[in-house]
Amino acid sequence: MTLTTESLKKIEREVAKYPADQKQSAVMSALRITQQEKGWLSNDTIQFVADYLGMPRIAAYEVATFYNMYHTQPLGKYKLMICTNLPCRLTWQHDIAAYLQNKLGIGFGETTEDGKYTLIEGECMGACGDAPVMIVNAHRMCSFMTPEKVDQLLSELEQP
Amino acid sequence: MTEKVILNTLDYPEPGTLANYERTGGYQALKKILAEKITSEAIITEVKASGLRGRGGAGFPTGLKWSFIPRHFKGVKYIVCNSDEGEPGTFKDRDILRYNPHSVIEGMLIAGYTLDAQTGYNYIHGEIWREYELFEQALDDARAAGLLGKNILGSDFSFELYAHHGFGAYICGEETALLESIEGKKGQPRFKPPFPASFGLYGRPTVINNTETFANIPYIVRNGGQKFLELGKPNNGGTKLFSVSGPVNKPGNYEVPLGLPFTELLQMAGGMREGRKLKAVIPGGSSVPLLPAEIMMQCTMDYDSLAKAGSMLGAGSVILIDDSVCMVRALERLSYFYFEESCGQCTPCREGAGWLYRVVQRIERGQGRPEDLDLLIDVSKNIGGRTICGLGDAAATPVQSFIQHFRSEFEHHIEHKRCVDGCH
Repeated sequence: MTLTTESLKKIEREVAKYPADQKQSAVMSALRITQQEKGWLSNDTIQFVADYLGMPRIAAYEVATFYNMYHTQPLGKYKLMICTNLPCRLTWQHDIAAYLQNKLGIGFGETTEDGKYTLIEGECMGACGDAPVMIVNAHRMCSFMTPEKVDQLLSELEQP
Repeated sequence: MTEKVILNTLDYPEPGTLANYERTGGYQALKKILAEKITSEAIITEVKASGLRGRGGAGFPTGLKWSFIPRHFKGVKYIVCNSDEGEPGTFKDRDILRYNPHSVIEGMLIAGYTLDAQTGYNYIHGEIWREYELFEQALDDARAAGLLGKNILGSDFSFELYAHHGFGAYICGEETALLESIEGKKGQPRFKPPFPASFGLYGRPTVINNTETFANIPYIVRNGGQKFLELGKPNNGGTKLFSVSGPVNKPGNYEVPLGLPFTELLQMAGGMREGRKLKAVIPGGSSVPLLPAEIMMQCTMDYDSLAKAGSMLGAGSVILIDDSVCMVRALERLSYFYFEESCGQCTPCREGAGWLYRVVQRIERGQGRPEDLDLLIDVSKNIGGRTICGLGDAAATPVQSFIQHFRSEFEHHIEHKRCVDGCH
């Protein structure tokens, strides 16, 4: 198990933010960066990160399983996380979650047969004023979603 | 048009840039402090005089919080900013980071100078990656301009500031969970005392304030505490960002003086969408008690008025609920949130939040029992005040206030196994 030089460079940049004897502080970013490269966090990946930062493996595993946006199971190539919390739901003009479920033929927590999409029910994303909101692969927030904008997003993701 | 303290950069294109911040008087406060060698005591006196209260939800007086830090302690101290807003209804810090990140940086610099701290971290909510990148860019720009780093603007004051990215945990908005998270651990709150002022990040004295709190500091130092106080009303100094969500025509953030009548805020947000009638309001984020519309219409938007009405200003996250909404279903979703986000450390919260969710869910599904409402109140009262942090109380509050004000809807659900006509 190894990471690309680019990922390692990104991790080093995070490590430099904290005191020299507190490398463990970079574990959240290091796991995010490795997940971005590998798609999900296997035990091997988590162990690599723990060893790299000189922290107990169990402590890194605790972090990977505590925070909602890490995935310790293999999921679809595109992880679509949709906020269904109250303020967003109240603001919705369209039920984006139902639209995506119908369109992809899967429910929350499921992955399409071709391994391309996983739908995830998200919690508050701190963007209720932009409702409905969803996040693609933990990094890209899409605001004011409508069925048309969902279609556009999906056709963009279909591009090779 | 009232004066804005934070969102005044929106008057310019590309509001978040250093140049635009400087056009609104940005970094003048820092320059004044360094040039005139203003004392820590004088700065804390101004912050106290401003009436500024913590904008993250608790409303604790900022000047008092700062005065708890042992200023003459010569070891390492930290300044931490809490930009981990993830409570349903909150979305103001995101706009501050997008539109005025330098006000947060300058506010943290001033805190660092005042409390003799050399390092700061801004903990940014996991879901807002773009804003995290923008904040990192703002830090780079400040560094390049000599506003961060060693010997700032040629003085003997040095301060380094970094952004820390969260990754999806509501509990990390709790200040000690946030510190644990920066230390690279699960975000589980710590017992208090000791408070962060004496034992904070890496066990060092630490001051933690909300993004909006820090963003107000430069204005207070530049113009004096009195001027800030006069923007609002006594004991409720300054302006406040209100995040309005729900079925209004223009949801979004509005920076207004504290003490503004709720009816005016509603008007600014474009009023209710056509055909929707206001039924209830959660005025400060999902953890504060909900108020029926008729009580809310009499309130002004400040700490004291909302406390008197039986709720709280919280983070100023105003969730509007219209008459088409089933209160049982609404409560079911909020209860699920607290159940999902409980860190699992304290039994009353870990188990109790699950109980609350499952009982509300069975009422929503038409399987409720007549004794369920009393059971919910009983369980909620056995969570509140029995946990390390406030999440337990936060889970209990909506259950109590929804049933208090809309008991008949819950009874209808239990008796008829469906919603009151016209709801969904």
